[in-house]
Amino acid sequence: MLRYLLNKFALLIPTLVGITICAFAFVRLLPGDPILAMAGEHGVAPARYEELKQQFGFNLPIWEQYARYVGEVATGDFGVSISSKRPVLEEFKTLFPATLELSFFAMVFAMVIGIPAGIFAAVKRGSWFDQSLMGTALVGYSMPIFWWGLLLIIFFSGYLGWTPVSGRIGLQFFFKPITGFMTIDSLLYGKWDAFRSALSHLVLPAIVLGTIPLAVIARQTRSAMLEVLGEDYVRTARAKGLSAARVIGVHALRNALIPVVTTIGLQVGTLLAGAILTETIFAWPGIGKWMVDSIFKRDYVVVQSGLLLIALIVMAVNLIVDVLYAVINPRIRAA
Amino acid sequence: MKKTMTFAAALLAASVLSGMASAKTLVYCSEASPANFDPGTTTGGNDFDASSRTVYSRLVEFKHGGTEVEPGLADKWEISDDGLVYTFHLHPGVKFQTTDYFKPTRDLNADDVVFSFDRQFNKQNPWNGDKYLPNLTWDYYTGMDMPKYVAKWEKVDDLTVKLTLTEPNAPMLANLGMDFASIVSKEYADQLQKDGKMADFSTKPIGTGPFQFVDYQLDSVIRYAAHPDYFKGKEKIDDLVFAITPDATARIQKVLAGECDVAPYPNPADLATIKANKDVTLLDQAGLNIGYMSYNTTIPPLDKAEVRHALNQAIDREALIKSLFQDAGATPAQNLIPPTMWSWDKDVKFDSYNPDAAKKVLEAAGLKEIQLWASDRVRPYNPNFQRAAELIQADWAKVGVKAEIVNYEWTKYRAEGKKKDRPGAFQIGWTGDNGDPDNFFATLFACSAIGVSNYSSWCDKDFEDLIQKAKKTSDQAERTKLYEQAQVIFAKEAPAFLLAHSQVYAVVRNNVSGFKMDPLGIHRFDGVDKAE
Repeated sequence: MLRYLLNKFALLIPTLVGITICAFAFVRLLPGDPILAMAGEHGVAPARYEELKQQFGFNLPIWEQYARYVGEVATGDFGVSISSKRPVLEEFKTLFPATLELSFFAMVFAMVIGIPAGIFAAVKRGSWFDQSLMGTALVGYSMPIFWWGLLLIIFFSGYLGWTPVSGRIGLQFFFKPITGFMTIDSLLYGKWDAFRSALSHLVLPAIVLGTIPLAVIARQTRSAMLEVLGEDYVRTARAKGLSAARVIGVHALRNALIPVVTTIGLQVGTLLAGAILTETIFAWPGIGKWMVDSIFKRDYVVVQSGLLLIALIVMAVNLIVDVLYAVINPRIRAA
Repeated sequence: MKKTMTFAAALLAASVLSGMASAKTLVYCSEASPANFDPGTTTGGNDFDASSRTVYSRLVEFKHGGTEVEPGLADKWEISDDGLVYTFHLHPGVKFQTTDYFKPTRDLNADDVVFSFDRQFNKQNPWNGDKYLPNLTWDYYTGMDMPKYVAKWEKVDDLTVKLTLTEPNAPMLANLGMDFASIVSKEYADQLQKDGKMADFSTKPIGTGPFQFVDYQLDSVIRYAAHPDYFKGKEKIDDLVFAITPDATARIQKVLAGECDVAPYPNPADLATIKANKDVTLLDQAGLNIGYMSYNTTIPPLDKAEVRHALNQAIDREALIKSLFQDAGATPAQNLIPPTMWSWDKDVKFDSYNPDAAKKVLEAAGLKEIQLWASDRVRPYNPNFQRAAELIQADWAKVGVKAEIVNYEWTKYRAEGKKKDRPGAFQIGWTGDNGDPDNFFATLFACSAIGVSNYSSWCDKDFEDLIQKAKKTSDQAERTKLYEQAQVIFAKEAPAFLLAHSQVYAVVRNNVSGFKMDPLGIHRFDGVDKAE
């Protein structure tokens, strides 16, 4: 097991180096000189330009800039935002709970609907339900988040008035964050109406963000179930005269869930990518919106370090999934 | 029955009490998070809405909804005859805001004013550099050429400040109404420096403005309360909330749903929905900007005014504007400056569409080919340079002029475009800073701006004399006359094709009163009220 873990860790190092290079290169590949881009129509006097170039370290050779950057990142210094002048890591820590909370509820939504729907479709294979579900899943998977989010806002918030348009909680609620999770903090303060408000604000963004994972999970559950339902042990269970519910719920589902769990773990990347658009539409103060704002503001430091931090999280989650997988399935450790 | 009566009475009492206690809250759905709350260090309109226009005041202010300068913290001022010395007399008894993080012990005085500017240029001032915040650039202070014009700031006595200039510069007064010129508290700065918490100066602001800062949840909500001791009188709104909502459609849905009271910048596609709604009003105004196309007036045959006029006449401007701005609309430009700016001359008219007349002149001048420049960037005054270039190309083809479109990425585009010998017609534009006509005329067409931002390389002696004289004259009526004459010359000489001033919009719920569109592109909440 230890060897397996060490192996996995060793693999992380080239990935990490690759990510720092990508993050570093991306912002430098954007067209235009960052200093001139910041200056707008005013332009900037040549002397001032040189001064700024030096101040931001853009005058150094590119490899030296990269070495500097890696050195800083290695010591946990992710830089200071060009626009807000606050440390990037501090902003990230403040905003990340919002993204985590939204992602969590999106995932709950995706699982609560996706798994039962997948099972049902597998059991009723070939029926109109199965076919329409798989069709819908395909549509869900291909849904442009931006369009889908705005459509839901216009219908549910604008036309029906059932849900708030955007934001994290009603503006009348105002308390200092403890955990940074609105649903938890509101309960810690004992404010039930604030909790309800936080939940109602979560409904639409969680549905929008959860739509793609929902489609993936439903399809994955269906195919895993179909595979398992054809296995000998299921036939045996049936032959023993067990009820259909017991055969599906206990014998088949437990085995079918293994690939589903992996799929769920792999959806973290999808969630973080989706969060960028979802948070922008719903004014959700998380890291996705933060990245978009920073791109518009040409805040290269935030974009660069934000990319890296997000990549680190995705890598960490993938590692955890790998490890869990090895715990569940001992055969993998040897491989 | 008795029980019911008691209950009803209790309910009534409760509702009366809660009615009394309920504070008047105005919610503004802002378009982006502020970078920070120190207006000297930021550059975005949304930064200024959240800091300088709420928390701070300045020596002079812009008239609400206009570009004229009026008294602010300075009740009055004198300008010496040579235009070099400005003496400001501060309003007595101006209180800084008292919050849970700062309790002022004194009123505003000259030290605060001197400190507010000194920190922006004096390298010895601890607040100028890294000790305060990393990578400070003081963009507006340098961008408005303050280091060139300001010789010194001096305290005469507690309520008198003297500004000495290096040369006469009438727009200086307008500069002092700009956001970067907001007056901060020296006492607060000293306290933070002593406590080793200098960075707090940019996150927990203290000013003398209409609203005081309460809280900011990063990227989400900013809260303010009315400043009870505001020197112009406490505002009618008790609480002001900025709900940060970057998506334009979501912003408008929030106004329509009553989740916010005011929202800026709707999507053009949503304008019809907004107009159809009975609960909200759509406000609009020509923005403080101009889209134009500079001819290089030094290269024949473009050195002849009649040729430039003919090129202007050959363009179907109405169709061009419609195609570029679509539903958002734009005000066709008659002058270089927009109609919201003082000194705008209503009698000056731009060339009208007349391809037949244009063709004759252009044939006689022998103009067969021309370069037409376009870039990739979306600008407020021109949403699509490339599309504009194609439409103009087609119009010019009809009068026998073949235009070759030259394309560059934005930064290279401007670098190439401003070269003195750049050929042809160059599309560009400008967004004003301080509402002073000098900020348009001199910045864009002064002889000294050739090679910098005078893309026409146009140096007309009469025009130059007028704008330089206007720059040195402090009397506004006198300046207005000079700029009006300058506009006549500009229209006669036609160094550029004038496109349009883009339209700016805001949506306001009907129970809100006193909110005005501002030509400077800012959103102010002083003087705004809300009916329940």
